[in-house]
Amino acid sequence: MTTKTLLLAALLAGVALPASVLAQDFNPDASIRIGSLYEPQNLDNTAGAGQGINEAFNGNVYEALFQLTDAGSVEPKLVESYEASEDGLTYTFTLKDGVTFHSGDPLTAADVKYSIERVTSEASKSSRKRSLSTITGIETPDDKTVVITLSARSISLPYNLSYVWIVNDAATDITATEDGTGPYSLSEWRRGSALALERNDSYWGEAPTNAEVVYTYFTDATALNNALLTNAVDVITSVQSPDSLAQFAGNPAFTVTEGASTTKELLAYNDRVAPFDNVKVRKALARATDKARLLNSIWGDYGTLIGSFVPPTDPWYVDLTGVDAYDVESAKALLAEAGYPDGFEFTLDTPDYDPHPIVAQFLQSEYAKIGVKVNINIITANEWYTKIYQEKNFEATLQEHVNHRDIVFYGNPDFYWGYNNPDVVKLVADAESAGSEAEQVEKLTEANKIIAEDAAGNWLYLYPQIVVSAANVTGYPINGLNSQFFAYDIQKSE
Amino acid sequence: MLFVLLRLLPGDPANALLGVGATEQQIAAARAQVGSDQPLYVQFVGFIGNLARLDLGTSFVSRASVLGEIGNRMVVTLPLTFFGFLVALALAIPLGIIAAVRSDKWYGAAISVVSQLGIAIPVFWLGILLVTLFSINLRWLPSGGFPLKGWANFGEAITGMILPSLTIGLVMGASLLRYVRAATLDVLGSDFLRTARALGASFPEALIRHGVRNGAVPVISILGIELASTFLGAVVIERVFSLPGLGSMLLLAIQQRDYPNVQGVLFISTLLVLLIGFAADIIQRLIDPRLRGRGRALA
Repeated sequence: MTTKTLLLAALLAGVALPASVLAQDFNPDASIRIGSLYEPQNLDNTAGAGQGINEAFNGNVYEALFQLTDAGSVEPKLVESYEASEDGLTYTFTLKDGVTFHSGDPLTAADVKYSIERVTSEASKSSRKRSLSTITGIETPDDKTVVITLSARSISLPYNLSYVWIVNDAATDITATEDGTGPYSLSEWRRGSALALERNDSYWGEAPTNAEVVYTYFTDATALNNALLTNAVDVITSVQSPDSLAQFAGNPAFTVTEGASTTKELLAYNDRVAPFDNVKVRKALARATDKARLLNSIWGDYGTLIGSFVPPTDPWYVDLTGVDAYDVESAKALLAEAGYPDGFEFTLDTPDYDPHPIVAQFLQSEYAKIGVKVNINIITANEWYTKIYQEKNFEATLQEHVNHRDIVFYGNPDFYWGYNNPDVVKLVADAESAGSEAEQVEKLTEANKIIAEDAAGNWLYLYPQIVVSAANVTGYPINGLNSQFFAYDIQKSE
Repeated sequence: MLFVLLRLLPGDPANALLGVGATEQQIAAARAQVGSDQPLYVQFVGFIGNLARLDLGTSFVSRASVLGEIGNRMVVTLPLTFFGFLVALALAIPLGIIAAVRSDKWYGAAISVVSQLGIAIPVFWLGILLVTLFSINLRWLPSGGFPLKGWANFGEAITGMILPSLTIGLVMGASLLRYVRAATLDVLGSDFLRTARALGASFPEALIRHGVRNGAVPVISILGIELASTFLGAVVIERVFSLPGLGSMLLLAIQQRDYPNVQGVLFISTLLVLLIGFAADIIQRLIDPRLRGRGRALA
């Protein structure tokens, strides 16, 4: 699917949902049952709870100072107003009035300070810790005011703060309980099975359009699909293959929506080691990859081709699919120029879960055409983290990268793939300390073009993001679902 | 041994706590937290010390008490094993006896052939077949899952148990049936049965009063083994039916290298398997006075 039709689909879905809601009454006391593959390991997103906790809790149970909307913009949530000093090193936030935690305690500046420090603390497992490392101090002159000082300008501060849950500083044991300010509170949790949220009747904002949300967890994608087919759940958030989609598409009992995804399938080289330290070799492999055929063989008509690490929803996206387009002859010529006229051999460390093994086999047969022999080495996800991410002991690997705005990884020469281009390092740093968003976008767009020209990695495709629901359920989010799934607008008619 | 084998697996329990984007310092802190930065012998001494105090510890990942979590999972796995076992018994004993007594009739032979087929079918495949038939096509039963409120929601919990129990019971019943049939054939050819009949008992009477009791002894020792393997086989079935039991806990814990959970589940499972074997032994002695005598002679 091209970008244009993707946007069109999202637009149509956005227009169609409210219209169908107007046409039918919904039950304000409905229970919405969501089927998911991502069970939280515990309930604390700074304690290694995994992706699942964000899906269940972000915006539903916990709120942040800012919120990343389904449309992708960053908007104030628990802040009434804020201002940055001239030099961009001091931010002053004024908190909203009348906000209370589920325990009944009022929201104060001390809670905000406590919550941010939870993420930046020594024990924090949060992947946002690095991006908040410019924070040097948090002051609370009064109950409603928080002053954050930075060591360097950080244009992404509001965006990064949208991932920081505001937790009651008096809360204990939040790996198994919660105390947030959101429209739902946790009512029940059965490990390995399900987690239920109930409407918070003293919520400070607009009340949810349903009374309860139950996330049911599955380890098997087929079992997840079966649950929707048999009406055991109302919505499933991640369809794993086009085959399973066939049972829902064209069936009037279900609604299939394709939203904007940020999950990229990446062939990452270790740019530190030969022959991948040679840009010509990397470009040759890019040109030898028929990405359109790969995407089609895995996802049929779904998914999007990308020319770099940036998904179309990031502000610094430009269409770079033309850079190193599929061309086997020029790939061979480049290899010869690079000093490998007869090709070479490398080991591809491949995570053992879908779609990586299939992608690896595809690449193996593609690269055989230019004389490059791929040895596939299957590893577990856990092993990947030790061998590749920590020890950087690999030649090439496959990985799905789920976050938006993660082009900044290319500005870190110590990152696992070892891409080191001083221009990009500088552009990424300058973008963060930019005085305006326009300047940030300009710098990162430039960085984006450079990594594409350098073939820093081989960006194979963007996963489709498909939500399937029962036809009587509407109002759920469809975009950027790796980090959140706002449930409060979901409506269910009888 | 288990302790060492687990740690020979590549990977690190700290990894389950971290994501792409974690800093060096975060990785080091996570490894210190779970203790995987310590030398193996230090980890082992800690493990043995805790075990001696019957303290199974807390999960690296969820931070929940291992024993508490095993308790939560047992309420799924134990009933599942029990119901599966009942199905197997209900199937294997009557059919096994019929297959033996009527081995000269077509249906006696048919039972034997079908049971062979049952043994050959992988349990997960049968599970998928049953889901396709009873959940997706007929819509009679749920395709999986366990209610959030557990057994408090009795109706939903019990209907959720039907298909997985049936799956386990069918596969287990098929192999059990062969033992029942063999044991019955043994009994049929025995002297005591002929004597009983000669003393005037009808064939069914002789079979029930003398045959079943004699045939039961070898079958019960097999039952003990089968029950234990059903319990362990729940790993596969729980995954197919998305049941939050011990099996799914073990599987996830292995993926995450969550050693306390893996060790806890295996420790409790081993304990249970030993208990089942012990119980089977006792039952055998109750049924067969000869074994009791032997026990006493040994003592």
